[in-house]
Amino acid sequence: MKNKIFPFFLTIIFLIIFFIFYKGLQNSNIYVPKSVSKQDIPKFKVKIFETNNKIDSEIIFKKNKFYLLNIWASWCLPCRDEHKFLIDLSKIKNLEIVGLNYKDKKKNANSFLEELKNPYDIILSDDDGTIAIEWSAYGVPESFLIYNDKIIKKIIGPINKNILIEIKKLIK
Amino acid sequence: MKYLNFLIIVFFLNANSLDAKDNNLQIKITKNLRCLICQGQSVYDSDSEFANSVKIIVEKKLDEGLSEKQIYSYLKEKYGEWILYDPKFGKNTYVLWLLPIFFFLIGGAIIFKLFIIKKN
Repeated sequence: MKNKIFPFFLTIIFLIIFFIFYKGLQNSNIYVPKSVSKQDIPKFKVKIFETNNKIDSEIIFKKNKFYLLNIWASWCLPCRDEHKFLIDLSKIKNLEIVGLNYKDKKKNANSFLEELKNPYDIILSDDDGTIAIEWSAYGVPESFLIYNDKIIKKIIGPINKNILIEIKKLIK
Repeated sequence: MKYLNFLIIVFFLNANSLDAKDNNLQIKITKNLRCLICQGQSVYDSDSEFANSVKIIVEKKLDEGLSEKQIYSYLKEKYGEWILYDPKFGKNTYVLWLLPIFFFLIGGAIIFKLFIIKKN
């Protein structure tokens, strides 16, 4: 009796463990938060970059207009790469680009904009990173395309050529 | 000199405990949050920009009077279930929760068969 049960359970346990690990092997272990489209934009109070005055987010985002909220910082290298695409997007009339300066020094941010030009219609500052969390962002750069107070597209990482074309299509 | 040392020690012990009272809950919460940048670490252990911001958020929310559960559900809404180290029972986590019980039952059955039935 003893001799039969023990190898039987050992095989079953081994098979279960093997199955779990084998299944786990195929999963990607890098987690990206689900991008929920058509999500409402968060409401928050935020400092304006130039003047340090506080402003309500509801005043910034108006209806029937496209907004691109771009989280950036002067210390972030991919932000440099995507900057030329932002400049390109800033020429579109129906799109307003809102910059959210993430954990940056004002001096560095200003020289970054002087060097690469300023594509933003308004810049907000996020000194402690809490506004970025309201937007469920977890790094820089990250961008959100907004229409009628809803997020219609979330871009994690820098904007590239393909995303630029996609944004232009969405706006038209 | 002896007394002075004693007083210094008492002072530091008290200072620590005062600090600990305020931060206990915050530490407990941040230890149960996964840092999404450095995914092997908790927010409490990590020093990434993201983790530091989450620490500030947790502190702010506690000041606003939110409970531990409310803070978890706030962050879950933003980042999904994955940010919590203590996952709820669901269709993705049932193996995790049921496997130990399953092993426990198997172990129990083995012991029962080997010792109790044999005795009888």
